[in-house]
Amino acid sequence: MSSKKESVTHTLVVAFVLCIVCSIVVAGAAVALKPTQTANKTLDRNKNMLSAAGLYKDGETSDADVADLMEQFRIAFIDLDEGELLTEELAKAQGLDAGTYDQRKASKQPDLSRALSAAEDIAGLNRRARYAKAYVLEKDNAIDLLVLPVHGYGLWGTLYGFLALDGDMNTVKGLGFYEHKETPGLGGEVDNPKWKAQWVGKIVYAPDGEVAVNVSKTKIDAGNAKAKYHVDGLSGATLTSQGVDNMLQYWMGPEAYGPVLEKLRG
Amino acid sequence: MTKAKEVLLNPIFNDNPIALQMLGICSALAITTSLDTTLVMCVALTAVTAFSSLFVSMVRNQIPSSIRIIVQMTIIASLVIVVDQVLQAYAYAISKQLSVFVGLIITNCIVMGRAEAFAMKNPPWMSFLDGIGNGLGYSVVLIFVGAIRELFGSGTLLGFEILPLVENGGWYQANGLLLLAPSAFFIIGLFIWLLRSWKTDQIEEREFELAPQVAGAEGHHA
Repeated sequence: MSSKKESVTHTLVVAFVLCIVCSIVVAGAAVALKPTQTANKTLDRNKNMLSAAGLYKDGETSDADVADLMEQFRIAFIDLDEGELLTEELAKAQGLDAGTYDQRKASKQPDLSRALSAAEDIAGLNRRARYAKAYVLEKDNAIDLLVLPVHGYGLWGTLYGFLALDGDMNTVKGLGFYEHKETPGLGGEVDNPKWKAQWVGKIVYAPDGEVAVNVSKTKIDAGNAKAKYHVDGLSGATLTSQGVDNMLQYWMGPEAYGPVLEKLRG
Repeated sequence: MTKAKEVLLNPIFNDNPIALQMLGICSALAITTSLDTTLVMCVALTAVTAFSSLFVSMVRNQIPSSIRIIVQMTIIASLVIVVDQVLQAYAYAISKQLSVFVGLIITNCIVMGRAEAFAMKNPPWMSFLDGIGNGLGYSVVLIFVGAIRELFGSGTLLGFEILPLVENGGWYQANGLLLLAPSAFFIIGLFIWLLRSWKTDQIEEREFELAPQVAGAEGHHA
């Protein structure tokens, strides 16, 4: 018995059977639980979107409310190359579907994105999708709230989030990230509600049209004229703060949402 | 005490994997800042230890000794992936907070230690109980650490406010140190001290004794 157990054939058989059984168990769990996991991710993303828009209150808004709130929004596509907020007909003509379009996947497809040059690429994106999927809340036929997807490189990886702008296309309603890999306790504090609260009411553009909103460690008093553009950096997370700053410089700038926001301001 | 009861209850205080064997300390530092993540981690680790011991024990007579470690590892890793997938499906918010630490259960010495030291030599049911027992031993320490860290670090327990914070108009000034990893070392140290004051047989013998000072060394006092 003992010598048979230690034989080469037996060793190979045990190894082979074990691998088959374990792979079936792992694959089975992954496949069976996929739908629930995807639903969780979508719900989490929607919560973060609503949270950036200032409509989600942690502990008060139920999952059912999230679905209701989401229905009030209209999904609109922004053509970043042309700087245009597409009408529904135009979006359809381009083959864009609100349900299936995934901006992150699109940014990897050559026909839906373009590579950024080193000079343009301040936020560390490599490639940028041509169409951005934004969320619009309308009131009396005018845009009351515009939620824009933004992303950029922090310290360990790319931060994905939403920036919500007021109807004037200049005042920040909120900023939040639904996915990032920053260090818990340091860069991970981008999720801290107190830090996020600083964003509310900040002004993106200076009167000359330049992107003025910034994250920096410079202390600026509330009375200072620059205070309305300034968000305090996270202590111990210089590179994450810099990443968020770069992200806004890029996405609010002339290469991304700048032109379309200028048109919307009229 | 019957054998089964002994196997199940001994690891909690008499032979605690963290306090006596000093295993699995890394995850005890990382995920004990709040009690809810701690509890989920305890359940996850207990489940993995129990089932890996069960499965290893079931096939123990077939495992060739030349590949036994990798066989144990494969079983443990598969179970950890299953647990991670289940958490992502049913406890998404907490699995997001636990991030890599669920995956790191694979490298937790307690799981591997029980498979190699106990399950390879004992029948399945006993091995399963041993896994549960060691999981509970780990949980006792983690819950102790997690409760102290959350209560004095953020003034809450399981998210409910116990000590009203100064920032929210209360009287308690939160101790930020407790939210950082070093505090877990202090608390585990205190736990071990308390445990060994109670169960003095756990005190290890000194490995060396300081030599008494010689008179000449105190010369500068004179």
